Amino acid sequence: MTAPLLSVRNLVVEYPVGGKTLSAVADVSLEVGKGETLGLVGESGCGKSTLGRAVLQLRRPTAGKVVFDGTELTGLAAEKMRLMRRRLQLIFQDPIASLNPRRTIGDIVAEPLIIGGVSDKAERDRRVREVLTAVGLDADLVSGRLPHEFSGGQCQRICIARALILEPELVICDEPVSALDVSIRAQILNLLEDMKRRYGLTLLFIAHDLAVVKAVSDRIAVMYLGKLCEVGPTEKLFAQPAHPYTALLLDAIPVPDPSVKPTANIPVGEPPSPLAPPSGCRFRTRCPRADAVCAEVVPPLREIADGQFAACHHPLV
Amino acid sequence: MSAPLLSVEGITVDLPTPRGPLRAVDGVDLTLAPGSTLGIVGESGCGKTMLSRAILQLLPKRAKLGGRIMFAGRDLVTLQPEELRRLRGPELAVVFQDPMTSLNPVLTIGTQIVETLQAHLGMDTVTAMRRGVELLAAVGIPAPEQRLRQYPHQLSGGMRQRVAIAIALSCEPKLLIADEPTTALDVTVQAQILDLLAREQQRRHMAMILITHDLGVVAGRTDEVAVMYAGRVVERAPTPKLFTRMRMPYTEALLAAIPKLDSPPHTPLPAIAGRPPDQTRPLKGCSFEPRCRYADDHCRSAKPPLADPERAGGLFACWHPL
Repeated sequence: MTAPLLSVRNLVVEYPVGGKTLSAVADVSLEVGKGETLGLVGESGCGKSTLGRAVLQLRRPTAGKVVFDGTELTGLAAEKMRLMRRRLQLIFQDPIASLNPRRTIGDIVAEPLIIGGVSDKAERDRRVREVLTAVGLDADLVSGRLPHEFSGGQCQRICIARALILEPELVICDEPVSALDVSIRAQILNLLEDMKRRYGLTLLFIAHDLAVVKAVSDRIAVMYLGKLCEVGPTEKLFAQPAHPYTALLLDAIPVPDPSVKPTANIPVGEPPSPLAPPSGCRFRTRCPRADAVCAEVVPPLREIADGQFAACHHPLV
Repeated sequence: MSAPLLSVEGITVDLPTPRGPLRAVDGVDLTLAPGSTLGIVGESGCGKTMLSRAILQLLPKRAKLGGRIMFAGRDLVTLQPEELRRLRGPELAVVFQDPMTSLNPVLTIGTQIVETLQAHLGMDTVTAMRRGVELLAAVGIPAPEQRLRQYPHQLSGGMRQRVAIAIALSCEPKLLIADEPTTALDVTVQAQILDLLAREQQRRHMAMILITHDLGVVAGRTDEVAVMYAGRVVERAPTPKLFTRMRMPYTEALLAAIPKLDSPPHTPLPAIAGRPPDQTRPLKGCSFEPRCRYADDHCRSAKPPLADPERAGGLFACWHPL
C-alpha cells in the first residue's frame, strides 16, 4: 500500500441516548492509501456513516485521532477545519434532498468556489462548465435549471460535480447509489471510477451492498455494531472471508441466477441493539462458531493472511 | 395447467398529472395458477406497483382503471365495496415495502392481529389471541406472547415485516401480493424474510406475486418472471428459461448492469444509457427503443406485441429478439 492519505486511529464516537451511551463507532482504526478506494460495508446501524462523518469532523469524535495528510483533524480549530474541507468532500445517499430546491444547478455547483474565495466570475463559470461536462451533463442545458427538473441519477451527477469542483483529494461517498435504480446505478458507479482516475481521487466508499462495493474497491473493511470485523484486499476477502460475519454477508447476497439456490443457513436473529452490545465479540450472538472465549474476550484485529486482518477468535482461514 | 386463480386481462391505469394523463400500466395480461409464484421485476416508475394496486383494488381515487381482473371466478373491477372487503384477508392479502407505515403505530401488535381475525373470521378474543401467538411463532418471532403486547416502534424493521406477514397470512389467503417486501431491510434480514415467504407459500399452497426491482431476488424463488418497462410487460417466461435465454434486450441490459460477484474490482459495468421515457408522452414504437442498442427504424414506428412467435414457451415484446 502507498503512504496513507487518511489514517483513523482508535476512533470512538458516542451519542447520548435517553441517559445511556450509544457507541456508534467503538475503537476503529484504519488507513486509506493515496489513490486507493477503501470500501466500508455493514448493515444499518453498524456505524459506517458515523465513521464517515467523524472523519470530516461533522460529528466530533469522542476519542481517537483522524490524521489527514499529516494533519491531525480532531483538534483543529473551526477556521482551519473549514479550509481543510476543500481537500475532503462528501457525497450523500439521497441526491435530491442534498440539493437546495430553490437554487439553479449553476449556482449550486459554483457555491464551493465562492466559499473557497474564487472571486472572478468568469473563472467560476469556466470551472462549473468544465466539471459539469466531466460528469456527463450539458452545461448549457442544465446550469439555469432547478433540481426538481432532474431525475435521481442526474441529481447525483450534480452532487458529484459539486463535490469535485474544488479538486479535493479525498471523497467520502456515503451510499451514493443505493437510492438509484439498477440501470442508473451502473452509470454512476462507472462515473465515480472515471472521476477517480481523472482527478486522482482517494475514495472512502460506504455502502451496504457488497456487490456494489466490490465493483469499485481496492480493499474492503467490514463493520458490525461499531467495530471492524475484517479488513482485506477485495478479491481475497471475497474468495476467502476470514470473519464469519463477512461469510454471512456474502451468503445473503441474492444472486441473479436460478441455478444458484439461496443458501438456507442464514442464522436467525438480527443485529443486537448498539445500546447494549454483547460482551466480548459483538457478533457472537449470531455466530455459528461462538464459544465461551468469545463471550469474554474482545477479539483484536490481527493479520490472518498477507494484508488480510480479522477480529475473530475462530477465523475461517 | 389448472384453471388460473388470477387472470388479468388488458389492464390499463391512467393517472392524471399537470402534464396530462400518465399511462402507468399499459395493457397488461397475466395469469397465475393456484399455488404458483410470479415475480414482477422492473425499475421505479415501470408500473409494477400500480399493477399490484389495480389487482388489490387499492388504486388512488383519481386513477382510471380499464380491463378485467378475474380472481377465483369473479371480476374484481365490478365488485361492490362490501364484497371486496370480504375478499380481502381470506382470499387476497398484501405485504407492503415499509412495515412501519403499514402497521398502525398507536395499536399493539396483538390488537392489530386480533382485529384482523375477528373482522374476517369472526373469532372471539381469546381464540384470536391464541391464534395470534401461533402466527407470530410461525413467522419466526421469539417470545410471541410478549411481542403481542408491544407497539410497532418497539420492534426492529425485520421483526415488523414479520408481523406484517403474520397479519397477511392470518386468514389463509389464496393469493399474497408482496410489493418490495425486503427493499427496506438489511441484506441478512432480507434473506430471512424471503426464506420465510417461500416456506409459508409452499406450506399453504398459496399463490404469490413477488414484486421487486432486484432480479437477484426473483431468481431462486419464483416459478415465472414478468419484466416490466414503461407500463408494459416486455418479457415473461418460466424463471429458469428467462435467465438462461433472455430474448428482450432490456432484460439482458438490466441483468448486465448488476455488479457481478465473480468479476474483479474496477470492471466497468455495462450501464444502460439514458433513462426511461416520459409516460405522459407515449412513444409510437417500442418504449425501450431510445436506449436499445439493437433498435432500428421499424422499432421507432411500430410497437412490438408481447408474443411467443417461436412457440418456445416464453413471451417477449421485441422486433429483434436476442
